[in-house]
Amino acid sequence: MASTREIDARGAFCPGPLMELLAAIKEVEVGDSLEVLSTDKGSADDIPEWARKVGHEVVETREENGVYHVIIRKTK
Amino acid sequence: MKKVVIVGGGTGGTILANNLARRLAHELRAGQVSLTVLSASDKHMYQPGLLYVAFGRMEVDELYQDQASLLEPGIVFHVDPVEKFVLDKNHVVTKSGKRFEYDYLAIATGSRAMPDMVPGMAENAHHVYTVEAAAKTCEALRNFQGGKVAVVTGVPHKCPMVPLEITFMMYDYFKDRGLLDKVRIHYTYPIGRVHSLENVAKWAAPEFDRLGITYETLFNAKAVDGAKKQVLSEEGSVLDYDLLVAIPPHKGMEVIEKEGLGKSGFMPTNRGTLNLEGRDNVFVLGDTTNLPISKAGSTAHYEAEALGENLAALVRHGRMVRLYEGKVFCFIEAGKDRATYASFDYANPPQPKPPTKAIHWFKLAYNRLYWNSVRGLL
Ligand SMILES: Cc1cc2nc3c(=O)[nH]c(=O)nc-3n(C[C@H](O)[C@H](O)[C@H](O)COP(=O)(O)OP(=O)(O)OC[C@H]3O[C@@H](n4cnc5c(N)ncnc54)[C@H](O)[C@@H]3O)c2cc1C
Repeated sequence: MASTREIDARGAFCPGPLMELLAAIKEVEVGDSLEVLSTDKGSADDIPEWARKVGHEVVETREENGVYHVIIRKTK
Repeated sequence: MKKVVIVGGGTGGTILANNLARRLAHELRAGQVSLTVLSASDKHMYQPGLLYVAFGRMEVDELYQDQASLLEPGIVFHVDPVEKFVLDKNHVVTKSGKRFEYDYLAIATGSRAMPDMVPGMAENAHHVYTVEAAAKTCEALRNFQGGKVAVVTGVPHKCPMVPLEITFMMYDYFKDRGLLDKVRIHYTYPIGRVHSLENVAKWAAPEFDRLGITYETLFNAKAVDGAKKQVLSEEGSVLDYDLLVAIPPHKGMEVIEKEGLGKSGFMPTNRGTLNLEGRDNVFVLGDTTNLPISKAGSTAHYEAEALGENLAALVRHGRMVRLYEGKVFCFIEAGKDRATYASFDYANPPQPKPPTKAIHWFKLAYNRLYWNSVRGLL
């Protein structure tokens, strides 16, 4: 069953939300989703950019009370 | 008697043990508390020294001290690695088969480079994450007569400054050897800028431009083809090299994963209390947490101080007194004789200053002062 794993990268200046995603994506199965929480606007743009470049699916990006949520589905 | 067991005798475990031994000196002497450190080695390695070993600027034997000599009196120390974490029954079992019961457990087993995670990396790339690898890198740098040098970085990795430092140090190394006109250094990085810290990236990119170091961002190595001398990236690019230097991806210790405590050996940890998620009397610090902060000695140090205060208060009064605020401090070597630093926490990004000689000399002094720091004297 496909699942969604949350990555709480709020306050993550280093290594940062995209690095957290890069590490976590190796640990989940194809079809699973990862939801990255971040307080940094830059990563709300970086993560979809990287996902599109590599070919993973960008499911959703939204902002809630200053926290950016980016959901990526691993496709390969 | 309250029993505290610390698993791991590296930076985090040692600082925590000494911090607690001081805070609970009275209780330790009165036999009301016991403090036990279990580790996998009788030696303590100053890991940042490996970078200097790779450039022939430190000897391997300078990296080590006897672990027992670093611990305060009153601490019980065994070289007997933990193989089973029986958290439901509050005990751990070691390799020799001994059972250690605890009221409070702290885990600081560190992380390790795993070049095998990228096909071809272990066979074809040089790195600085073990003594053997650093010595081999030293030899490869010495024998290098010119060509393309490529730097690739895996995720996660310990010490976020190593990719930049190794690049700047290679530049100066080849310059001193009069080889710069024959060497082309190409730096790659996994995310969309040259360093994870935005302000560090803003400083480092123009520095690369000034030195003629080329770079490529959003580059995650997928495989290394040793025959063709090429690195293939997840993003679809191909990189040629004559000398390949890698910062391999890391994992926590195998036992952590085997015991089901955390994927890839990184344990789900509360960012403020450092509790292992779901366990009130188990704590995690250092590289083996899954916290979204740098895997660095300074991180382990600040976590150990916060946890030392809390564990002492728990033993005495049954409650915690503070939260870890995500504090990290990292030196950044910007060549052979210049350095800067980055200091930050969960709420405040770093503002690195231009590199100076003074900060470099301070870092060199710290290479020695480390031993006082783990003893808790700094
Ligand atoms: C080349 C290099 C450069 C670095 N540069 C810097 C720097 O400039 N600044 C900085 O802050 N950090 C730097 N670091 C990172 C720093 O060394 C680590 O982040 C730090 O040592 C982590 O501390 P730790 O306590 O989590 O783990 P470690 O210090 O690695 O200690 C882990 C301990 O656990 C023990 N152990 C393992 N398995 C078991 C088991 N099953 N049972 C019991 N014990 C076990 C080991 O024997 C060891 O004693 C660098 C690291 C490297 C390799």
